[in-house]
Amino acid sequence: MLKRILTKGGFYGALSLFVVFSAMPFYIMLITMFKRNHDLLNPNNNPFIFNEPPTLQHLNLLLFQTQYPVFLLNTLLVGLMVVIITVLLSVPAAYSLARLAGDWGGIVGVGIFLTYLVPPTLLFIPLSRIIADLGLQDSLWALVLIYPTFTVPFCTWLLMSFFKSIPRDIEEQALIDGCSRLGAFFRIILPLSVPGIITVIVFAFTLVVNEYIYALAFIQESGSKTVSIGLTTELIRGDVFYWGALMGGALLASIPVAVLYTLFLDRIISGLNMGTGSHS
Amino acid sequence: MARVRFNDLKKHFGAVRAVDGVDLEIADGEFLVLLGPSGSGKTTLMRLCAGLEEPTAGSIYIDDQSVTGVVPRKRGIAMVFQSYALYPHMTVFKNIAFPLTVEGLSRQEIRSKVEWAANLLGIGHLLERKPALISGGERQRVAIARALVRRPRVLLMDEPLSNLDAKVRHTARDELKKFQREIGVTTIYVTHDQVEAMGLGDRIAVMNEGKIRQIGSPDEIYQEPADTFVAGFVGLPPMNFMEENGTLTAFRPESFLPASLIDDHERRIFNFRIERIEHLGSYLLVYGKVGDALLIANLSLRHEVKEGAEIPFAVRMADIRYYDPASGRRIGK
Repeated sequence: MLKRILTKGGFYGALSLFVVFSAMPFYIMLITMFKRNHDLLNPNNNPFIFNEPPTLQHLNLLLFQTQYPVFLLNTLLVGLMVVIITVLLSVPAAYSLARLAGDWGGIVGVGIFLTYLVPPTLLFIPLSRIIADLGLQDSLWALVLIYPTFTVPFCTWLLMSFFKSIPRDIEEQALIDGCSRLGAFFRIILPLSVPGIITVIVFAFTLVVNEYIYALAFIQESGSKTVSIGLTTELIRGDVFYWGALMGGALLASIPVAVLYTLFLDRIISGLNMGTGSHS
Repeated sequence: MARVRFNDLKKHFGAVRAVDGVDLEIADGEFLVLLGPSGSGKTTLMRLCAGLEEPTAGSIYIDDQSVTGVVPRKRGIAMVFQSYALYPHMTVFKNIAFPLTVEGLSRQEIRSKVEWAANLLGIGHLLERKPALISGGERQRVAIARALVRRPRVLLMDEPLSNLDAKVRHTARDELKKFQREIGVTTIYVTHDQVEAMGLGDRIAVMNEGKIRQIGSPDEIYQEPADTFVAGFVGLPPMNFMEENGTLTAFRPESFLPASLIDDHERRIFNFRIERIEHLGSYLLVYGKVGDALLIANLSLRHEVKEGAEIPFAVRMADIRYYDPASGRRIGK
């Protein structure tokens, strides 16, 4: 009995610790967003509660005196475009690497992943030259063009292992049952890969939202900024940090991503587990 | 319904000769079993027939029409994989209907054909379920129904019973043979299980190292093995071998009996030193030695033998086969 209580207590203790750990940033963002500057900046105040009445002034600054809504829209636009490009490129690439290329498939796959490991902090210098040559400075299209350079390798790699987990038998069965290879791909492989493709969509979108270096290097005009650079360039003026608005902007931008994750995470996991039904 | 012919068929994977010159003709409506240990090339041979592999050399004919290089879907074949390869995202109905859907048949036609196949296999009540929610035996039936629904010219089966429990396997074997007779489809069946091969095949082709070692009726394969590989592979426990004066003398464990039981004059007597006895329910396995050769006798329960005894055992001359130890080929026939 005592042992059970200890086990349960330990379990829920650890669980609460992790909940607090992961919820804390959101709490701080939420509370800072509504705190008066005087309250926020006084080191004698308890940072976890409102010591003075909350205010909407930061939200007002964020939503109406900066182009924050435009940043959000830009991020969404770039995100959607990049997701579409990524899915269109990485699904066929991953499938052919997983199935058709034999030993070379693995080697090329590793090669593709290695390109993902080259840091953007090195790549933005040559890439900025390309962007300038194409006349895409200050344009969202610069980001739409550049972001797939890291989302495609990453997602190809992810999908490769996903396609490999679908038994060859099922595909060969489709070939015998009357499909061409393309037909087998669309009728059998693609429906079975939906969880993998959803995972890729979520990851690609998150990578886009998080990206900072390229956006900072290629976009100077406020109207074309994404959230990640828009906030830090517009709300840090000289050495003045507009903490309330910064926190509010970060929170509002992260909520859709968090919702996206929680909506699909269960599906992704259950989809992966449902697998192919080959267990007897 | 069709005849199938392999003509000097070869398939090499790098240095590995998976199929190494196979000539084989399968009659219309015949049930042919490819029997061999793993790695013997039997599955590769079947995949060549299905068009999932392209041969390195040689040709394949279905009804005198060359299908070498023809894509699988245009060969008029159906296949049941060892894993059953059911489409996990489709219901049983859609699984069985899949080949017909791809063909573009009308809804009514599809429904009536799927029902025909489902009733033949007794799975009519499962049509709305997903494959993950039915038992192994039921999955196997779905896979067979899907294979038969298109009325293929040739049915290929790759160890379809090996994923079933031992208990279900007997009934499944019996039913498989019944469907095949009822539909009369030419069938090639791959297995490493000799009991399955003996029970199902009209003829058995025993394969090893990419070659067919012997083709014949189950009885021929068992009674008149063409070489030491077939003799050793078919039969449980395997055939006894003794080297004598540069030839191998071979006989089945059940032909090796206490001399008192064989009153035939045409017999050979050996002094059998019994080392160990296994009681296996309906029979005994007696392990022992004649000279240096380790032999096994398979006796029915009423025989009284004792461990450690040395008893005269005998074999009828008619039951003894002779092989050349160098080539492994049969001598004297």
